[in-house]
Amino acid sequence: MSAAVASPPSPERDEQRVWELLGGVPDPEIPVLSIVDLGIVRYVRHGAGGCLEVGLTPTYSGCPATAVIRRTVRAALDAGGCADAIIEEVLSPPWTSDWLTPQGREKLRAYGIAPPEEAVASPRGLWQPAAVSCPRCGSGATERVSEFGSTPCKAHYRCTACREPFDYFKCL
Amino acid sequence: MSATPAPEAHYRYVLRLGDTSLVLGQRLSEWIGHAPELEEDLALANLSLDLIGQARLLLTYAGELEGRGRDEDALAFLRDAPEFANLTLAEQPNGDFGRTIVRQWLIDGWQLEVYQALTGSSDTRLAAIAAKALKETRYHHRFSSGWLARLGDGTEQSHHRVQSSLDELWRFTAELFSPDEIDESMCAAGIAPALTELAPRWSARVDADLAAATLRRPPAQPYPWHGKRGVHTEYLGHMLGEMQHLQRTYPGARW
Repeated sequence: MSAAVASPPSPERDEQRVWELLGGVPDPEIPVLSIVDLGIVRYVRHGAGGCLEVGLTPTYSGCPATAVIRRTVRAALDAGGCADAIIEEVLSPPWTSDWLTPQGREKLRAYGIAPPEEAVASPRGLWQPAAVSCPRCGSGATERVSEFGSTPCKAHYRCTACREPFDYFKCL
Repeated sequence: MSATPAPEAHYRYVLRLGDTSLVLGQRLSEWIGHAPELEEDLALANLSLDLIGQARLLLTYAGELEGRGRDEDALAFLRDAPEFANLTLAEQPNGDFGRTIVRQWLIDGWQLEVYQALTGSSDTRLAAIAAKALKETRYHHRFSSGWLARLGDGTEQSHHRVQSSLDELWRFTAELFSPDEIDESMCAAGIAPALTELAPRWSARVDADLAAATLRRPPAQPYPWHGKRGVHTEYLGHMLGEMQHLQRTYPGARW
C-alpha cells in the first residue's frame, strides 16, 4: 500500500476506508461472503470522543463465528492503521437475513448455497418458506431434508431434479 | 410502587432466564453423537448452540447487574447447584428422544411467551436480548411441536412413549407461570411481564399442539417445584459435575 497521502484526511474518508477494510474480512464459515455482504456491520461512525466505532451484530446468539469475526476485524483494523477504532456489539434490532446484500446473495448462489428466498418482514417467511431453487441446476423441484444444517444459519435441502444435496441459507 | 427495581431482584431475574437456557442447552448437547438420525443430531446441536448463546448474553448481563465481577464463565462454571436458578423442568434428564422433545416443546412454548413479552421491557438491554432470542425460539418451537405431532400421531409405540413422558414431566409445568416476589417486583418495575397473564396463551398453544399430536393433557398438578429459587432435583448436580469438571479441576484453564 502506498504511504503517500493524496488528500487531507477527513472523517468521511476514514469511515470509507474502514468500510473497505471490512469488505475484505471474510465470514469464517462461508468465506466467499464478506462480513459486509452478510449485513452484520451495522455502522462505521465517529463517536463522541472522535474515535472510530464499528458496530457488529451476531447472526445467531450462539454462532461460534461471532468471536472469530471479532478477532479478524480487530486484526484488519490494526493492520489497516485503525488500531484506535472501537468494536461494539449491537443486539438491537436483531440481525435478519434480509440484510444480506444483493451481491452477497449472488455470491452465495455461485458458491452452491441457495440464498434466502423470501423477505422476512412478516413471520410468514419462517412458517411457510417459498420454494427454494437448486443453486446447481436452478430447478425448483427441491425438498427440505432438515431445518437445521452444518451451521446455525443454514438448512439442509436436496434437489430432486439433479439429485444433489445443498445448503439453504435460512430466513431469519 | 417504586419504578426502581432492587438490584438484587433484577440480577436474580436475569440469572433465572440465563440459567434456564444454559441448563437446557447443556442437556441438549448430551445428545451430540447419540441422536436417532444425523439430521436430528444436527438439529439438537443447533438448538443447544442457540440456547447457550442466549445464556451467554443473559449471564454476562446478570454478572454486570450483580456487580461482583463475575463474568459468564464464572457464573456458569463456578457455582454449585443451589445457586442455579433455572426452571426445574430444564434440568430433567433427556430420557428417550420423545422425552427430550416433550421437555423442549414445553420450554419453547414458555420462552415464546416470555421473550415476546420482554421485547417491550423497560430494560432495553433485556428487550434486545429477548428480541434476538425470540426469532430463534420460533424456530425451536416449530421443530419441537412438529416432532411432538409426528411421535404422538405416529405408531402405537411412539404415542405411548411420548404420552408417558408428558405425564411424567407435566408436574414441573406449574413452576413456569407461578410468580414469586422477584417476578412480582420486576413486573411492577416494568421490566418483566405478569406471568399469570401469559399462562392462558401458553395453555391455549399447548392444547392446540396436543390436539394435533392426538395426545392427552395431564391433569393439573400443583405440587410446587422451586428450581428458580435454587431448590433442585438431584439431576442438576450430576449434570453440573460433568459440565463444570474441567474448570473445577484445572481452574483458569483456557482453550
